Amino acid sequence: MHLLQLKNINKQFATQKAVDDISFSIEQGSIFGLLGPNGAGKTTLLRIITGIFYEDSGEVLFQGRPFDPSKDVSLIGYMPEEKGLYKKMKVGEQALYFGQLKGLSYTEAATKVRYWFNKLEMNTWWNKKVEDLSKGMHQKLQFIITVLHEPKLIILDEPFSGLDPVNANVIKDEIFRLAQNGSTIIFSTHRMEQVEEICDHIVLMNKGRKILDGTLREVQQDFKENVFSIELNDSFDLPATTDIYEIVSQKGNQYNFKLKEGHTPNEVLQFLIQRQVPIHSFNEVLPSLNEIFIKLVETTPAARQFENA
Amino acid sequence: MNKILLIIKREYITRIRNKTFIFSTILIPFFFIALVGATAYFSHSNSEELNIGVYDQSGLFIGKLKSNDNIHYTTVPRAIYDSFAAKSPVEPYNGVLYIPQLDIEHPKNIQYIAEKQLGIFSQAQVDDDLNDVLEQERMIRANIDTARLSAIKTNEISITQKLINEDEENTTANAAVSSAIGYMSGFLIYFLMFIYGTMVMRGIMEEKVSRVAEVMVSSVKPFQLMMGKIIGIGAVGITQFLIWVAFLVIGTTVFGASISPADVHQLADAQAQTKSLAIAGAMHQVVTQLNIPLLIGAFLFYFVFGYLFYAALFAAVGSAVNEDPQDAQAMMLPITIPIIFSIIIMTRAIANPTGSLAVWCSIIPFTSPIIMMARLPFGFPGTVAWWELALSVACMIGGFLFTTWLSAKIYRTGILMYGKKASWKDMLKWAFRK
Repeated sequence: MHLLQLKNINKQFATQKAVDDISFSIEQGSIFGLLGPNGAGKTTLLRIITGIFYEDSGEVLFQGRPFDPSKDVSLIGYMPEEKGLYKKMKVGEQALYFGQLKGLSYTEAATKVRYWFNKLEMNTWWNKKVEDLSKGMHQKLQFIITVLHEPKLIILDEPFSGLDPVNANVIKDEIFRLAQNGSTIIFSTHRMEQVEEICDHIVLMNKGRKILDGTLREVQQDFKENVFSIELNDSFDLPATTDIYEIVSQKGNQYNFKLKEGHTPNEVLQFLIQRQVPIHSFNEVLPSLNEIFIKLVETTPAARQFENA
Repeated sequence: MNKILLIIKREYITRIRNKTFIFSTILIPFFFIALVGATAYFSHSNSEELNIGVYDQSGLFIGKLKSNDNIHYTTVPRAIYDSFAAKSPVEPYNGVLYIPQLDIEHPKNIQYIAEKQLGIFSQAQVDDDLNDVLEQERMIRANIDTARLSAIKTNEISITQKLINEDEENTTANAAVSSAIGYMSGFLIYFLMFIYGTMVMRGIMEEKVSRVAEVMVSSVKPFQLMMGKIIGIGAVGITQFLIWVAFLVIGTTVFGASISPADVHQLADAQAQTKSLAIAGAMHQVVTQLNIPLLIGAFLFYFVFGYLFYAALFAAVGSAVNEDPQDAQAMMLPITIPIIFSIIIMTRAIANPTGSLAVWCSIIPFTSPIIMMARLPFGFPGTVAWWELALSVACMIGGFLFTTWLSAKIYRTGILMYGKKASWKDMLKWAFRK
């Protein structure tokens, strides 16, 4: 079942089209990556999904019916890229306040805040003011505030920026756990390695347009270039080009080669075995998301041009 | 609705608990009293103290110029005059008054020679003193008995005003007390609107700059956020005002009881500048003469709605500017001008509470909170007619609805708009688009 469906969303700002005819659907319980270079329109799109902005045209369906910010807002948790908390307010009170604003009762909010503070080892922070927190602590608090009311849809805009690897892992584990428990997570970033680790489904945006949509596996399949990697037990002088393949790089006993049109990996193996090449491992090289990203984005000018601003 | 309450509660509690609130609650009344007192003191006291030597060739003035607190006259010989004339002053004199032989009907050429110029008040004083002596002398020459003349001239009549559409028992308050109350209420509303209006603006700027607004707007409607802030801060203002009323009630019951009505009259009849000082003593009399419940009710109404009216505008400005406080200053100007303008008109309104300027400015919502509060102590219904108050109240509520509607639209866009500073043109565009 689709938790969220976007249909032909458009949003025009004074000088440029921030979101240009975007459509996609997100499965319940999946971790969805919204990718794109800076200024691609990711944040604008997220703001439309959270009901902060209205779309100029198009439709957002939430649980199969049109999104209604006044009702559905309690089912959504949004963590903006630039972290927003009241600096002078105490950490505990702040978490309670935002929990109540999301519709929790005071006691519910208190129980949940306690639970999360225990879990992320933040109990000693309760009476600290937010302005005294480090950037990483700030980020953890913001994360708790986002997920406190157990939203069905959790939207995280660059959740790991400013976090050290240890804390980033803590948050990552929590994201996995929330997804297992049925929450759907939208996750916006331009850090591709995080996406590869976490996301099931990705959409790549550039200049307001969707340029890629699919599961991680599908995307990699689409962009694979028939490159395989073979590692040998001993050094062996492989022929650099044959009818079947062409070696593109070599590193010690490891060779990357590209399969020629109309041939299969089996033919390569056969060819090598016939020559008694001592094979240690053989696998396909899938392009990294980073490579796909750069390749796609580089074909269009990276920075948006302002239309006669 | 529940969410607005939460926001109101947060705004109210964080501000009430703040030390600034406690200090300002205690200090503002002192500041206020000090301000009024200092104005009265400085306008009344003539700080110049002069020792003037009098060289009188005419002999008309010898021993007749009366010294007072500020100016001390001493008859001096020619030598001292010569010395001053030769540009070398003689201690302890500040200057020499040279009176030549005079034609008493056309006195001319009286000179004051000194290093330093006389202040405007001192010169007037010296002129008066000389004229008094001259007047006496002329009367004597005209064979007029000065003692009898002064008996004839004694003023004993002071009119009591009685307005036709007032109840018999509701006698007219002393005009001095009315204007004192008018000034006080007008200034107090001015201060409260300014202090709490800018507080709303700063709170909104803080939310915008720290990006709390974005988190909030994903939980509540922008309108709820704006109204919650405005109402929460307004509640702080009312709390502060009620604390002051409590101070005043305690103060007047403790001190007011010991002042007799006679003292009050004396105080109230004092010069214009000391009117404000008379107020503390006049409380006793005021209670019997003014419609206190009406005034307090009207004060609360005009404070609340005047505040709401302007706070909405301040909120719009707060949402439109970015980090730079100087931008805020510039954008605030169009809002602060009508408030300051009200204070200028207030002095006219108190001098002439039924003039058309006063009447219309007490109806237009931009100025009415201050001007109507300045007029009301002069009598209602009477100086302020029923229709005037009703129209003013209606305009105030209408004005509040309008500014809130307008600001909510500007706020909604502005609060999430980062980067360039919004111009007034941008804000109007935000306000009037769908």
